[in-house]
Amino acid sequence: MRRLFPFPYLSLLLLITWLLMNNSVSPGQILLGGILALVIPLGTASMRKTQPTLKKPFLAVKYLLMLMGDIIVSNIEVAIQVLGPVRNITPGFIAVPLDISQDLPITLLASSISLTPGTVSLEVSEDKQWLYVHVLNLVDEAGTIANIKQRYESPLREIFGC
Amino acid sequence: MLTLVVLISCTFVGVGLLLNLWRLLKGPSVLDRVLALDTMYINSIALIVLLGLYFGSPLYFEGALLIAMLGFVSTAALCKYLVRGDLIE
Amino acid sequence: MNLFVEWLVIILLLLGAFFLMVGSIGLAKLPDFYTRLHAPTKASTLGIGAVLIASTLFFSVNQDGISVKELVITLFLFITAPITAHMMGKAAMHKEKPALERTQNRHLQDPARHRQPPT
Repeated sequence: MRRLFPFPYLSLLLLITWLLMNNSVSPGQILLGGILALVIPLGTASMRKTQPTLKKPFLAVKYLLMLMGDIIVSNIEVAIQVLGPVRNITPGFIAVPLDISQDLPITLLASSISLTPGTVSLEVSEDKQWLYVHVLNLVDEAGTIANIKQRYESPLREIFGC
Repeated sequence: MLTLVVLISCTFVGVGLLLNLWRLLKGPSVLDRVLALDTMYINSIALIVLLGLYFGSPLYFEGALLIAMLGFVSTAALCKYLVRGDLIE
Repeated sequence: MNLFVEWLVIILLLLGAFFLMVGSIGLAKLPDFYTRLHAPTKASTLGIGAVLIASTLFFSVNQDGISVKELVITLFLFITAPITAHMMGKAAMHKEKPALERTQNRHLQDPARHRQPPT
């Protein structure tokens, strides 16, 4: 089973995407999608590095829902800032110290930071200890860093168990 | 009612496209133009989806998906080129 | 069509179009590249998500059978938007684009460019 499905979540994502694209759940499409979900991860397995696996899938779903809520709330904040006078905006760079070291959790953390408005991740230091972030309206530097670490990094650490 | 709302939304997105065009022409640097182009891709996806709603036809979906994929790949390629062109390898 | 669904579609469409316009206004209005990066990559993502969900609802109700194709585009855009934002930010760092005068912690730009820890 492990040899056949090296990346079970990737296979699942491929199958769901195939069914969504064809907009049907007929047996033929499920079979074709299943074959693709089997062959594509096997074909690309040699190009991929080993990544930490999902330890707590339910927590991941909860994290996604929280992220959705954050995106909507903070989008409204940014809309107000953009439509208001630009003079009041004080942008700034911050460096967030990272506790996670694998590539996949860092990628997910950087994506979460970029998706929640007001912050864009710019660069990771070579030793994977620091994440450079640009903040649209930096008022409280230590508070912003603590918020990122507590709200996004600690659930990710729990999800991947590292 | 829905037709009117779709037309109003089209106007909003059209204004957005014009603003993107302004930024695309004004610059001032290459990256600003890349960013403007990326936003234009996203706005045109919205415009195509709205067009599909207006005509009540689901056929426009494929076009929107194609534009989404091409937009991502071209933006990624341009950024990669800009970063690598700067490095001495 | 169901009246409730129609109003939901209308609200989602107006909200989505409004956020798309806000993103473009931010792109045209904000002063330097790093702040400009914020507006389109995110306001646009929420805007296009709302428009696509409205389209999904409309076609699901109007035609027989549920139509969920648009969710593929939504999923795709939500995965790729932060990646493009990150790549453009990285390119801007390597191009040594100057940040706005009043940007705080401008000294962090230099270690970030060389991927070193902050000094």
